[in-house]
Amino acid sequence: MPTVTMTVNGKKVSGEVEARTLLVQFLRENLHLTGTHVGCDTSQCGACVVHVNGDSAKSCTMLAVQADGADVVTIEGLANGDELHPMQAAFKEHHGLQCGFCTPGMVMSAVDLVKKNPKATEHEIREWLEGNICRCTGYHNIVKAIQHAQQTM
Amino acid sequence: MPDGGTGIGAAVKRVEDKRFLTGRGTYTDDINRPGQTYAYILRSPQAHAKIDRIDTSAAASAPGVLAVFTGADMQVGSLPCGWQVHSKDGSPMHEPPHPPLAQGKVRCVGDQVAVVIAETYAQAKDAAEKIVVDYTPLPAVVDMNKALAGGTLVHDEIGTNLCYDWEIGDEGQIDEAFAKAAHVTKIDIVNNRLIPNAMEPRAAVGEYDRATGEYTLYTTSQNPHVIRLLMGAFVLSIPEHKLRVVAPDVGGGFGSKIYHYAEEAIVTWASSRVGRPIKWTAERSESFMSDAHGRDHITHAQLAMDSEGKFLALKVETKANMGAYLSTFASCVPTYLYATLLAGVYTTPLIYCNVKAIFTNTVPVDAYRGAGRPEATYLIERLVDRAAREIGLSQVEIRRRNFIPADAFPYQTPVALQYDSGNYTATLDAALKAADADGFAARKAASEAKGKRRGLGFSTYLEACGIAPSAVVGSLGARAGLYESAEVRVHPTGSVTVFTGAHSHGQGHETTFAQLVSEKLGLPMDNIEISHGDTNKVQFGMGTYGSRSLAVGGEAIVKALDKIIAKAKKIAAHVMEASEADIEFKDGNFTVAGTDKSMAFGEVALTAYVPHNFPHQELEPGLDEKAFYDPLNFTFPGGCHIAEVEVDPDTGVVKVERMTAVDDVGRVINPMIVAGQIHGGLAQGIGQALLEGCVYNEDGQLVTGSYMDYTMPRADNLPSFSVGTESTLCAHNSLGVKGCGEVGAIGSPPAVINAVVDALWDLGVRDMPMPANPQTVWKTIQSARPAAAAE
Repeated sequence: MPTVTMTVNGKKVSGEVEARTLLVQFLRENLHLTGTHVGCDTSQCGACVVHVNGDSAKSCTMLAVQADGADVVTIEGLANGDELHPMQAAFKEHHGLQCGFCTPGMVMSAVDLVKKNPKATEHEIREWLEGNICRCTGYHNIVKAIQHAQQTM
Repeated sequence: MPDGGTGIGAAVKRVEDKRFLTGRGTYTDDINRPGQTYAYILRSPQAHAKIDRIDTSAAASAPGVLAVFTGADMQVGSLPCGWQVHSKDGSPMHEPPHPPLAQGKVRCVGDQVAVVIAETYAQAKDAAEKIVVDYTPLPAVVDMNKALAGGTLVHDEIGTNLCYDWEIGDEGQIDEAFAKAAHVTKIDIVNNRLIPNAMEPRAAVGEYDRATGEYTLYTTSQNPHVIRLLMGAFVLSIPEHKLRVVAPDVGGGFGSKIYHYAEEAIVTWASSRVGRPIKWTAERSESFMSDAHGRDHITHAQLAMDSEGKFLALKVETKANMGAYLSTFASCVPTYLYATLLAGVYTTPLIYCNVKAIFTNTVPVDAYRGAGRPEATYLIERLVDRAAREIGLSQVEIRRRNFIPADAFPYQTPVALQYDSGNYTATLDAALKAADADGFAARKAASEAKGKRRGLGFSTYLEACGIAPSAVVGSLGARAGLYESAEVRVHPTGSVTVFTGAHSHGQGHETTFAQLVSEKLGLPMDNIEISHGDTNKVQFGMGTYGSRSLAVGGEAIVKALDKIIAKAKKIAAHVMEASEADIEFKDGNFTVAGTDKSMAFGEVALTAYVPHNFPHQELEPGLDEKAFYDPLNFTFPGGCHIAEVEVDPDTGVVKVERMTAVDDVGRVINPMIVAGQIHGGLAQGIGQALLEGCVYNEDGQLVTGSYMDYTMPRADNLPSFSVGTESTLCAHNSLGVKGCGEVGAIGSPPAVINAVVDALWDLGVRDMPMPANPQTVWKTIQSARPAAAAE
């Protein structure tokens, strides 16, 4: 079995994986980082979004071996100790989550949006979120939270 | 309210958020037990077939495989239905067996045929490909009308596809009223079949402890105690004291996680055969074909009116799809959660409804957010919209003329329910204002100037929730009571754990319920913990559905809190050497009336557990109280939803420009959470109206079996919402609460479709099927144009 080595949340990790192992499986099963979720099998729900080399990526759509050597950040690595990342804080402040299942992917995706387009309009925010499905919130408060984080990030 | 705002009415930020936001929630698939193995369930690709032979030998010897089981191995009880409906002739509904693993026949795509248990999930899935199943395909019946006509039978042994033929009301009396009516409006309605799609796929981990004989099931459930009862008593014959069911963090339910599913029984049963814990997690494709679906009604309805537009009588004939088997609460959805709602907010004096529940070769259909009430609301509000147009009244005026007046409560409807409170004029007026209905004409003109059509649609609705008084539902065939239980455990240092039988899967109970404790006991939020979801911790519970958590579960907590206060007063009276009657409790302090003697709540708690001088004959140590609360009536939230849409007649694209909801949900404990619940409901309602629709082809293949084919509402499909509350209090519970979980999904679909019809009326469009996606809208416009030209 191939061995992969990558940096995850600032720590160097490596593990043996079957070649077909997805990045999300490596994160969840080998590293026990269960904050990254799997909500579909067609790369559409976005519950599995992490950052790979600084860009948001669906970790169900990437093999672990493709992330060999990469710098990966998951939801567990976003906060600074006990201090929430401004996007996490904004989701809490604006009630941008309910059941919490889509939340890790939603937050990771939103962080990438604000980095890439800090002044995104509501329309642009909604278009960016096309790849993240939430069944609970109707997106209303997610959009508000991202708009808030545009000010605080 | 302590600390300036953690009690009733405060928009307290959610307690549960931190773990979800930092990736530290614990959902079922996050649980890994020592020695855990993995299950893959082989499902039927056939909608209807006889199983001639299953050869598992190659799979059984595949790498990593520990066991392969089929229906021949798993001879257990049938997955039960919790509600017995009787047909109009008095006969009980047909309840064909529902085995966890197929017994000789499969009846829908997705039916469980075999299970492979292996060291890894990949090995289990690989091995399942080696299972050879010889099927003799049988004709499938998908269409309800064809199923009623006979021919292909889903269940041979019952000799019919008709599960029951039920009615409410007096058909003869209704027909007389119709004969005298000045005007009759008729409508045919299809309530589209939906797939719930909670974002967390269902999962289950079964575990057996040989030393104690105890089974543990971790499962994605809205009601772990109900699963323990159904699976333990009816399917696997495991006594409750040897069966623990844990529903940890659950990623959304919307009804789909109420039911006892085959996979729960399979992993629990197999864990004792394999001797190791077994995890099963649905892939999304499996969710599409194994989670209970929702809605799926075909209805013909007629409304009789006098010359002033007053409703005289309503006659409804509905066919409701049950799918291939009766899911846990399937039978009550199109009857007691649907037909009893047909009065809506109107004074219609006579109502008759006939419901035929029908088996088809499709996935079982059960409650999905709203359950029966969205179907009733859609029917009534589409009918009222049409009636207004036919008799030349405005959409607002026809509603006002028929509203149950605010001073008419309690109001007995002709279909069994007694509404306790409401003010439909108030919610309508508030919604008209919030939606800027006065400005609509100008916005419509602006749309037309750019070649678009704009429409305004209304829905004034109510629902029955706070499910439910046990005596009432018992008399109607429920095989369970629908009370809720709570335990309030005060710890020696004065902190509190509340154990509730309600289950939170997004609703924020850990916050809202803690606010009740904060309000009642004067404690800060940090001193309060809400525990739910574990049958070994929580004494009992009926779970969360039917917008019942606060109205039933919250009341149980309040009842237990009242017992705590009563006991604490006894303790305080003893310590302060006063009469119990003289003890007052306010803001977390017990005082002796008219004196400066006082004890803080924490001091009383400590004394309860350090009872050095208690008169033990009269006063027990400890401060821990339990309560069961059985509601006196349903609760009746209601309100007005107004949708404003812009339609591009060239492409059929519908854009929701404004969505306004003013709801009466009773007293609001946490307005932030209530608004969030309504937002989510609106999204699901708009999803049903414009985007979502489950499609089977005539062979029974599920065409919309993934997110590639089933349109989930995305952020860019929806507007920002305008939501508000305009409350009257529930008259029969102490909090005055009604429930808010389902209102958004119940009220909004007809508002959206009425708006689309309004936008396109001048093009000759008279009706619009759901989902009103671009293709459907465009086709409807094209077929209406010749008719409009002929008028």
